[in-house]
Amino acid sequence: MTGRAEAGPAAAAGGGTAPPGGEAVLEVRRVSMRFGGLKALSDFDLTMRPRELVGLIGPNGAGKTTAFNAITGVYAPTEGDVLLSGERVNGMRPHRICARGVARTFQNVRLFRELSALDNVRIACHAGSRSGFLSAWLLTPTHFEEEERIHRRAAQFLEVMGLSGRRDELARNLPYGEQRRLEIARALATRPRVLCLDEPGAGMNASEKVALMDLIRRVRDQFACAVLLIEHDMRLALGVSERVLVLDHGVTIAHGRPEEVRRDPKVIEAYLGDAYLEERHLPVPAGQVEGEGA
Amino acid sequence: MTGRALLLLRPALPLIVAVPALWALQAVAPPYVSIFLIALGVNVILAVSLNVVNGFTGQFSIGHAAFMAVGAYTAAKITTALRDVQIAGLPVGISDAVVFAAALGAGMLLAAVAGLLVGVPSLRLRGDYLAIVTLGFGEIIRVIIENSSFLGGATGISGLPPDTNIVWTGLGVVATVVMARRLQTSTQGRALLAIREDEVAAEAMGVDTVGWKVRAFVISAAFAGLAGGLLVHKILLCTPRMFTFVKSFEVVVMVVLGGMGSISGSIFAAAGLTLALEWLRGLDQYRMVIYSLLLVVLMLVRPTGLFGTRELWDHLPRWLGGRRVDGRMP
Repeated sequence: MTGRAEAGPAAAAGGGTAPPGGEAVLEVRRVSMRFGGLKALSDFDLTMRPRELVGLIGPNGAGKTTAFNAITGVYAPTEGDVLLSGERVNGMRPHRICARGVARTFQNVRLFRELSALDNVRIACHAGSRSGFLSAWLLTPTHFEEEERIHRRAAQFLEVMGLSGRRDELARNLPYGEQRRLEIARALATRPRVLCLDEPGAGMNASEKVALMDLIRRVRDQFACAVLLIEHDMRLALGVSERVLVLDHGVTIAHGRPEEVRRDPKVIEAYLGDAYLEERHLPVPAGQVEGEGA
Repeated sequence: MTGRALLLLRPALPLIVAVPALWALQAVAPPYVSIFLIALGVNVILAVSLNVVNGFTGQFSIGHAAFMAVGAYTAAKITTALRDVQIAGLPVGISDAVVFAAALGAGMLLAAVAGLLVGVPSLRLRGDYLAIVTLGFGEIIRVIIENSSFLGGATGISGLPPDTNIVWTGLGVVATVVMARRLQTSTQGRALLAIREDEVAAEAMGVDTVGWKVRAFVISAAFAGLAGGLLVHKILLCTPRMFTFVKSFEVVVMVVLGGMGSISGSIFAAAGLTLALEWLRGLDQYRMVIYSLLLVVLMLVRPTGLFGTRELWDHLPRWLGGRRVDGRMP
């Protein structure tokens, strides 16, 4: 199955039409988020098929993380619907959405800092388990089986992320790059069908970002999950994504394959313009300075 | 005995092993030592159970004495009502023990219900707000008891049967410690630790944060109720004044002193504080001053408490069987 084949030509802004296959794992329908008078996200549409790699880009304050939070249940959308494999999930608490197959990482790493790397992943492995305190106190055979199973799985996830040697290390003592990888391992341990990565490349240098692109592709192939990637860095986002959505001031201004989006004049104006000019140390036109938070 | 039967006994093994040891201790301990040990045991139960909420789950509750009161009054009401009742076909001693056990159980149950009623609304709050609300609820429960003629008002209930001894208290301590320890090393307990570390991340990783917080609170309240039931059947009196804010604060001091999240820390701190107060009996009126000073000194010298979030054995040197990992302690 290839998501690539049906990525389609650049649709009109906001045009996340239903895919021909119809087996979307995640469907976001005209979601808006309003905070008081501020509309952080308007009519956001997104459809993700299994194993698809979609990038969500845009300048600072464009509403990328807001979109993430609306999908993962941190916020209940003001308008619109979020569907997971056809089930409506808006308004559900994050842990229930997680149990339905959406896992995420955070823009500023949020590990369980005082716990070991292994425990960080083991906690995520527990997701969806129904067992309560009683089985832990009565030491039932299922309790031991469960602990054993969780331990084995957690160790596997650490190994995939190259963290086997760090399993007993406290999360806060890991170097930054390994903390980022541990966060991905933790998210994968919840067995997601959609993995949401919030700026995984933040704070990394160019060669680390290349390694990260490989890692993201490998994760997608090995765990057969769709990946939704927020990225500030255009090169990383366009390099790894099969399909890209561009947000600006909460509005989807472009949607399509990376090479098409790259040429889209609206995108260049909203985003590439600044970056392009800044990269060459040219003056940025007045009124186009990015960074007003939303 | 078959292997299967042994397997069924395994969860209760610590209790089974403890009974003969406690009987022996009971037989040799002079009355004064026995009173002291019971007070110590009750404090250990209180500190370890509060640690499940304050230490493991990271929710700062300071209303523990109220749940203790609920357990104490429930047990006291039952034992005084059934004083002269003897279960048919059982010798007096065993009949009394059964009644006492049932009374303690009922006390735990009602304390758990109180914990649920307080926990569900308050656990939506965090940090200082939660602390204030638990303190408020604690005082509300005490004031209700104080104004209830059914529960003896301000004079309370007297003439309780002297049921509590070293064996009962010791079993309570073992049960509490086993409960906390099995929690700490299980996947369910790790969910609590995750809430302490980062509630947003825990929720995103599939941990039902509200559900686990309420469960931790209810369990903690139940064991506070056990401690209350044990205490009043030793001093044979149950008055509202025993369960004021001062008592709650005492337990908080023990937990903080020992290190939030450390079971062995709570045990050490509870034992140490009980011992210190016994020696400094003449200074009883300065109790709150001593607690405050202790906390100030602790915050200056060792803000993490005695053992931090770790256990005693994590701090031992390797040759003593320690599992110290570099950089684990600040």
